[in-house]
Amino acid sequence: MAENNNSLIKRILTYVLLIALALVILAPFFIGIWTSFLPTMDIAKGDLFSTNLSFDNYVAAFTKTPILRYLANSFVISTLTMVAQLLFCSMSAYAFVFLKFKGRNFLFGLFLVTMMLPFEAQIIPNFQTVKFLGMLDNYSVLIVPFLTSAFGTFMLRQSFKQTPAELKEASDIEGLNHFQFYWNVVLPYNKISMITLGAYSFLGAWNQYLWPMLTTFSNNSRVIQNGLRQLQSEETFNDWGMIQASAAIIVIPTIIVLFIGQHYFKSGLNEGAVK
Amino acid sequence: MSTILKNVSKEFDQGKKVLDNVSAEIQTGEFFVIVGPSGCGKSTLLRIIAGLTQISAGTIKIENRVVNDLSPKDRNLTMVFQSYALFPFLSVWENVAFGLKARKVDSLEIESRVNDALKMVNLEELRDRKPRELSGGQRQRVALARAVASDAKICLMDEPLSNLDAQLRIKMRQEIYALQRKLGLTLIYVTHDQVEAMTMADHIMVLNDSKIQQVGTPEEIYQHPANEFVASFFGVPPINILPAQKISEAILQVNNDFEVTLPHPIEQKNVRVGVRPTEMKIVDTDELHANATIKAVEFLGDEKIIHAKMNHGGEVSVMVDSGAHFSPFQNVEITADAEFLIFDVEGNNITEQGAMVHA
Amino acid sequence: MLKSPTTDQTISKKQTVSKSKSTFKLNANDKYFSLLFLGPSLFILGLFVFYPMIKTFYISMFLTNTLGKTSVFAGFSNYAKLLQSPDFLNSLVVTLAYVVGVTFFTLAISLLLANLASKKLPGISIFRTLYSVTMGVSVSVAAIFWLFIFNPSTGFFAIIANALKMTPINWLTDPKNAMWAVIITTVWMNLGFTFLILLGAIESVPQTLYEAASVEGASPRFQFFKITLPMISPTLFFVSTITIIGAFKSFGLIDLITKGGPTNATNMLVYRIYKDAFYSGNYAQASTEAIILTVIIAAFTLLQFKFLEKKVNY
Repeated sequence: MAENNNSLIKRILTYVLLIALALVILAPFFIGIWTSFLPTMDIAKGDLFSTNLSFDNYVAAFTKTPILRYLANSFVISTLTMVAQLLFCSMSAYAFVFLKFKGRNFLFGLFLVTMMLPFEAQIIPNFQTVKFLGMLDNYSVLIVPFLTSAFGTFMLRQSFKQTPAELKEASDIEGLNHFQFYWNVVLPYNKISMITLGAYSFLGAWNQYLWPMLTTFSNNSRVIQNGLRQLQSEETFNDWGMIQASAAIIVIPTIIVLFIGQHYFKSGLNEGAVK
Repeated sequence: MSTILKNVSKEFDQGKKVLDNVSAEIQTGEFFVIVGPSGCGKSTLLRIIAGLTQISAGTIKIENRVVNDLSPKDRNLTMVFQSYALFPFLSVWENVAFGLKARKVDSLEIESRVNDALKMVNLEELRDRKPRELSGGQRQRVALARAVASDAKICLMDEPLSNLDAQLRIKMRQEIYALQRKLGLTLIYVTHDQVEAMTMADHIMVLNDSKIQQVGTPEEIYQHPANEFVASFFGVPPINILPAQKISEAILQVNNDFEVTLPHPIEQKNVRVGVRPTEMKIVDTDELHANATIKAVEFLGDEKIIHAKMNHGGEVSVMVDSGAHFSPFQNVEITADAEFLIFDVEGNNITEQGAMVHA
Repeated sequence: MLKSPTTDQTISKKQTVSKSKSTFKLNANDKYFSLLFLGPSLFILGLFVFYPMIKTFYISMFLTNTLGKTSVFAGFSNYAKLLQSPDFLNSLVVTLAYVVGVTFFTLAISLLLANLASKKLPGISIFRTLYSVTMGVSVSVAAIFWLFIFNPSTGFFAIIANALKMTPINWLTDPKNAMWAVIITTVWMNLGFTFLILLGAIESVPQTLYEAASVEGASPRFQFFKITLPMISPTLFFVSTITIIGAFKSFGLIDLITKGGPTNATNMLVYRIYKDAFYSGNYAQASTEAIILTVIIAAFTLLQFKFLEKKVNY
């Protein structure tokens, strides 16, 4: 009996700890989203338990600020970057796994070296390059430098190498050329790695901060990360209610996507294990 | 009209020889089995015929055409892989249609050929399943259907049954055999399992150590093995091989334990004698006349296998009727009759050599 | 992305493309295709990675004018100057403190969360989802949430302190506290991703090891330190290097929360490079700093490759 009681107490303690930690981690969300429903006046007075809840801040965020434009910019740029990286990384990974050519190891070495070089250290010449090419303050400046990635190539190469040799041989017997084998066999076979890279490159582009800050100046091309900073430092300074509402507008969809995505990834991973 | 291998050799980059001067002719429409222990080069030979591996020397002719430099797709053949090589992201139907689509066959024709092939292997109901939803035997059938749907007349199979359990293997063996006959395929089949080779083949090629040991029908291979390796590779339990000395023109003394009469004179003094377990004689006797002791008795139902230790070293197995009474530690006398094989010290079969000389 | 050791083994047992490469032959066709497949990536990497890297190194060897034009060759004197500058050394120290703080707390808290969430309890999947939620938060949102919390007059902490009749802490104006503010925000952002990776590693530890230990009467504490930790140590190493590299490259949060201040207390490397180049127009100094950053990042990336080499079959 004592044994049982002991384990019950242990169980309860574990749940208490689990819940406490969840509360701490989620606190910034709760505070942010709660205050996004409060009038800024009340927030300024420190009256966080005000009952004047309303959607006014959201209406203001949508009507008084270009937040929708920022979101659209970010969405278009991240999507295009993702598509381009999926295409170009998978192509170069294919070359490294399935094609034999002179200098293959050397070139792969170059790709590995690339992964060691931080983009942050290259901004000065890159800024001059895009300025010279007339790409400043334009979608292209946020997409073109990120059309491919050494990391994506490396990751897909590791995955492509696990493609069973028999699939290549079976395709050879049926006479598939490289492009057909790449498109009809390698890409579908490595679907899960492709999805992973897709998510990774989309999020990477979405979270870019330094580069868009340097290269975009107008609302036409400004992305959401810098847009929020703009809102916070402009005339709306200290309009905390509206700023929190803007943050909530951005974060809620991402979290919903993350929840759905997590479920999908889980079943995706299981599928990978069975195959 | 046949597939001809002439002096085919293969060395890998490291200079390791995997195939050494292999020549054979495979008749159109026959079931041809390449058999040998693992590492003998049999899979490489199949890959060479498929065109997946380049040869180092020799020529390969298919239907009077040298195909050495032809890519796999131009050799007009299909292949069934040990792991089946099914595309996990395609349904059963799409897997079977894969090659036809790649070859841009007319879609109506694809439809009818795939459906026919699935019908032939009894997979019609599973056409929309993915490979992971199938059992091992069903996956095997998809791989077969792929070969059936193709119009290629030569089909290569690389240990297609080795991933199945014993009972399923027997069933699929019969199915493959029936398919081959029905479609009139030239089937080149690689296996390490001598039973598969014996039961299905029109002709068998025995490979060992990168070299051909013998090519022949199952009967020829079993009854007239070219050498000691072939003799011991076929037959369960394997043939008993014992050293022997010629003690007179007509008598061989085997293992110093018993004597046999030579059917005809031989030149060599020291030879080895091979006796199938079914051809050995075993009788109960007292300690004085015994030349062997029983170690173990295996009961198989209608037969028993007696494992015995010869007095002068070496072990033999003997097949007896299941009604015969033998038990471990029993003293017995083991002898052989007229049915035995003689090998020289290099292992070559010289049983009929003398006969031929005399003939 | 990460494969557990067990799956790696099962996969490597199968024959894969790389192991039978001797069956592929060199031909002209491959050459043409390789150009087609690799060309675009090579062009982009050449233009936006290799060229700027070499150019940055080149500039770091010169004195420059405010337009970024190189004037006098200076050799390594830019480096010597920089390493003697108290301002830069302060930046290095601050960056290191930040990196150590972020890495330690990210790993320690994630490990605690992952260990708790790996327990087989009813409803545990809810906690797993909640703990990974910060993965969906971008820099600017994290900065806004925490700026409000840290805000000295209207912020959440200030309100609590006032309610408790205590003096609010000057989170953003006191140098020491500002560093903590940045570290806390970064750790909070890192938690989701690190937690998920560690949870995956813990779950892939064979259950039989724990069963065997339980039979021997080992305590949960013993099991954690003697089974879980050693078994997930490769993954721990991997996430540490990722966290370290990420921390060295931090920019967004700094710009949003402290702008390098107060009095350079959070003026970290990347922020410094940005300021030197795009505010002061001191391109030579910025490039020199960029090269130093590159050396640091490259060293940690190499460490990580060593790990990959062991875990992944090339």
